[in-house]
Amino acid sequence: MSLKHKIAARAAQEIQDGSIINLGIGIPTLIPSYLPAERQVLVHSENGILGMGRACTMAEADRNLIDAGGTYIHVNPGGSFFDSAVSFALVRSGRLDVAVLGALEVSETGDVANWIMPGRHTPGIGGGMELAQKANRLLITTTHTTRKGEPKLVRQCSLPITARACAHTIITELAVIDVTAQGFALREIAAESSVQEVVDKTGAELMVPDGEVPTY
Amino acid sequence: MELSVIDKTTTASQALSRVRGGSTIMIGGFGTPGTPFTLISALIAHGAKDLTLVKNDANEPGIGISRIFEAGLATSFIVSHIGLNSTVVELMNTGKIQVEFSPQGILAERIRAGGAGLMGIVTDIGIDTILREKRRIVEVNGREAFFEPALRADVALIHAAAADRLGNLVYAKSARNFNPLMAMAADLVIAEAEEIVAPGDLDPDQIHTPAAFVDHLVPIPEITKEYGVLAHHVLET
Repeated sequence: MSLKHKIAARAAQEIQDGSIINLGIGIPTLIPSYLPAERQVLVHSENGILGMGRACTMAEADRNLIDAGGTYIHVNPGGSFFDSAVSFALVRSGRLDVAVLGALEVSETGDVANWIMPGRHTPGIGGGMELAQKANRLLITTTHTTRKGEPKLVRQCSLPITARACAHTIITELAVIDVTAQGFALREIAAESSVQEVVDKTGAELMVPDGEVPTY
Repeated sequence: MELSVIDKTTTASQALSRVRGGSTIMIGGFGTPGTPFTLISALIAHGAKDLTLVKNDANEPGIGISRIFEAGLATSFIVSHIGLNSTVVELMNTGKIQVEFSPQGILAERIRAGGAGLMGIVTDIGIDTILREKRRIVEVNGREAFFEPALRADVALIHAAAADRLGNLVYAKSARNFNPLMAMAADLVIAEAEEIVAPGDLDPDQIHTPAAFVDHLVPIPEITKEYGVLAHHVLET
């Protein structure tokens, strides 16, 4: 299983039955295939869909029906369509239980930076700022370090932030880490990792529970 | 007035004949669904310059509103996300166009406010971010918020699945997106429609945009390839 799929599979376990969820582009999009068949969730898409289903094949694709990333998708029974104002009313008013987003950096106080690298990556804001700031629970799925090996979990974000104190849990290929009032708290480690590796690759204080750390 | 004599149907070039250089133009669509490709082509042929465009996204290189930028007809862009269009990112980063980014739902609400005759909205979205640098901060019940001014345009270009000749509009699936909001927020509202029927043939309960907001209707002669499925967005299974 690739790193991305491993992260998505673990993130799927965080999604409660009956949740209304929004999945960002990239790793979060992989999550539905790891949800147990009996898990009932309503997936929201920023472009005006609640109850989004799986991706389409070419033969199934409907020119009027994409997700926010542009992928042609199905709508599940019970799904609904609405305009962009209603779509974000849902997000900002507290009806979105969980958002799952990627990140460039997450700080120990839960600040998330994921929308701009000035001069290098300037795609715009999209729906990410509202999702990060207003989802009732924000899961971050990301690799633990950058391609250069630098930690993405840091004391303070160096990039412009998307929203302050918004991340609740971070899931990487190495660990599941909760953002607490005291900072990063290790909850689980990947079976092939070690507490020492996670500590070494985390750019801020990491609280490690007493005794054996559960693995995934 | 005898409603049966109202017919807002016209040609794209006739509908766009009043569009002048320097205009602000809202264009519906989120990606391909809901993008008014027929009207965009007619706007390019019309040739008005120094346009300010308002859209959720920039489509993709060579597609939809990207062609307006590529033709050098637009100088400013109010938008949420341009990540799928490297051409427009390049135009922005080389200073050839001015881009103002707005959080997606705030862009929607600013347009809705413009269409609702309101002067703006008050929101805390982005309050802890660099968006502070360019926004007016107000205090509401002891909390900081931005005043975000309403957006209106000279012209809105809308794509509808169906219309009646009075100008009532119905959108399809995820092609609705910004279309009903923009259809209320411009002085001149031009809607292209895949099907135009007689008044009474649309169920009043199903109409998304009432006729009062729509000035001109343009039939789409044919659902061309540009409206179709983009093969590179079909996930490999």
